[in-house]
Amino acid sequence: MVRTVANSTDRGEVSQFVKIDRLSKHFDEVAAVDNVSLNIEKGEIFALLGSSGCGKSTLLRMLAGFELPTSGNMYLDGEDIANMPPYERHINMMFQSYALFPHLTVWENVAFGLKRDGMPKDQIAERVESMLGIVKLIPYAKRKPHQLSGGQQQRVALARCLAKSPKLLLLDEPLGALDRKLREETQFELVNIIKNVGVTCVMVTHDQEEAMIMADRIAVMQEGRFLQVGHPREIYETPSCLFVADFIGDVNLFNGKLEIDEPDHVVIATPECRHFVNHGITGTIDMQVHIALRPEKICLQKHEPTIEQRQYPAEHGHNCARGTIEGIAYFGKFTLFHVRLDSGKTIKVSRENAARHEETQLERGQQVYAWWDGSDVVVLTN
Amino acid sequence: MNIAKNIGTNGIRRFFTRNWGRRTVIGIPYGFLILFFSVPFLVVLKISVSSTDALGIYFQDLASYADGILQFKIKLSNYIFLTTDPLYIETYWSSVKFAGINTLICLILGYPFAYFMARSPARMRPALLMMVSLPFWTSYLLRVYAWKGLLDDNGVINNILIWLHVIHDPIKMMYTGFSMTIGMVYTYIPFMILPVYATLVKMDLRLLEAAKDLGATPWKAFWLVTVPLSKNGIVAGSMLVFIPSVGEYVIPELLGGPSTLMIGRVLWDEFFSNNDWAMASAVAVSMVVLILVPLAIFNKYQADSGSVRGI
Repeated sequence: MVRTVANSTDRGEVSQFVKIDRLSKHFDEVAAVDNVSLNIEKGEIFALLGSSGCGKSTLLRMLAGFELPTSGNMYLDGEDIANMPPYERHINMMFQSYALFPHLTVWENVAFGLKRDGMPKDQIAERVESMLGIVKLIPYAKRKPHQLSGGQQQRVALARCLAKSPKLLLLDEPLGALDRKLREETQFELVNIIKNVGVTCVMVTHDQEEAMIMADRIAVMQEGRFLQVGHPREIYETPSCLFVADFIGDVNLFNGKLEIDEPDHVVIATPECRHFVNHGITGTIDMQVHIALRPEKICLQKHEPTIEQRQYPAEHGHNCARGTIEGIAYFGKFTLFHVRLDSGKTIKVSRENAARHEETQLERGQQVYAWWDGSDVVVLTN
Repeated sequence: MNIAKNIGTNGIRRFFTRNWGRRTVIGIPYGFLILFFSVPFLVVLKISVSSTDALGIYFQDLASYADGILQFKIKLSNYIFLTTDPLYIETYWSSVKFAGINTLICLILGYPFAYFMARSPARMRPALLMMVSLPFWTSYLLRVYAWKGLLDDNGVINNILIWLHVIHDPIKMMYTGFSMTIGMVYTYIPFMILPVYATLVKMDLRLLEAAKDLGATPWKAFWLVTVPLSKNGIVAGSMLVFIPSVGEYVIPELLGGPSTLMIGRVLWDEFFSNNDWAMASAVAVSMVVLILVPLAIFNKYQADSGSVRGI
């Protein structure tokens, strides 16, 4: 997968191809979307991620024109679209259920939008051909949607959206209706098609893996607001708050308080151990903070880590806790350990199974030391 | 082995009991229809081609066997008479015409009604459906007869118009095609509304959003998506209205006049005024063949080609 879009944070700013400005949508006094602002770059794949009811679908439907905003503005390529009816917007949406017209053939479904534009017949035929070529469905042109598999229906829906060369493509849970195996294959194929066509895309999903694989940037939404907007890596490695850390991937959370606050490092005391963090944070001594630690960042071994194993000598005696292995789940490419620390807290540790034969087998009930680097500790102050 | 055998016999037993139940469920209504529709129809068909005895009272058998000769006697003169007397042909066309007009008006009035009923909030639909079926709670005959009171020269409508000085002399509405059509539309419109409603209420509204998303105005989306997807309901409703309208007897009798020739009335006259059962039977059989058979073929074709799954 080729990422052609320049990294927005590298450039420090985002062009305003899609500009959402203080947009709100209220349903009976309940704010589904609450004062949201966002800029999306041309050619970018942007994902709205959140659990159901977080307002991501409402935001998408406002972009499509199926819901009118209560307040705020939306611009597409400089054009104010907030109150434009859906049939006048240069935006096409792929519905979660695909919403293919059951009475029309694949060919007629793809041609539907082009006919509405009054395109000459020979051009329509050419365009439909080329769209069906992109999604590899030319042999199925004369079939009705119900004669196709789920994956094929999804491709028809994509071809139908792309046929009109929209300025903005909206995807509503694009892979939600496919089974797991097919979903993984389709994710890459879908991104490739979108990138090759070069269309700007906003997608909605509740599946964080899907968002991370497909999107250039992700907005994590909760209760109608953006909690964090950034690259998949940014969101995973430096979550802005407890919810994002917990929502994206697996995480071990510790509660502690700030003990040493230096510009280049801090030490946080939790019941499990002292956490040495090799960067400064904005906070005050004795302040309550949360610590987030990803399971794959933790090492497990039978003996206490030596000073040579540590990245910084100052970490010695920190970032390490003793515990007992409570459970082992073998997933093939990695193994997930549940380790009950001496403090009583159970943490998850995942170790990659890079070699076929593990030399030092860890067993259930065994006493182990869990340790990690100070650079892998995420401190959440809010 | 034993277990396998048990499963085997149980399976067979279950297969038979299930089939038996299925046959009963299908068989009872079919048996009823054969006994009370097909058999009488064959009797009517037989009468229409039978010759009578010298007195013209008793119908003779179609086949007779005497002296080693098997004789078939099929009398076709009734059918030949149907084609030569313009009355029957006119009546036939008139019936089809009034039934067609009735179906069309029911569709034009009933479709929007069904549409808005299907798009109304879900909690209001039971009440609206109830209102459509409410007229069935009173006698059909009374309801048709009540139109007389409204449409008569001395009826409510003419009286109000005269009282308002809109007109001086009563408008002739009763015993015309107008009064009969009003009665037919009034009676048959629920049979159009209900099947159309049933298809519209099942429709996936996201298809309309998809149509608008692809550039169709709401009006275009209606014609290109809603109407084709409600085709099955339109066809079913039209059949339910058209078929009984063709042979309708009560409404033409009560609200129709000399200008509204309907096959139902001709049948009645042949049977009970002229007492010509053979002729009446020929009219009835012709009606079935000329109207219902083409419709049945059309319906079959519709069902085959229009099988749109996933609506």
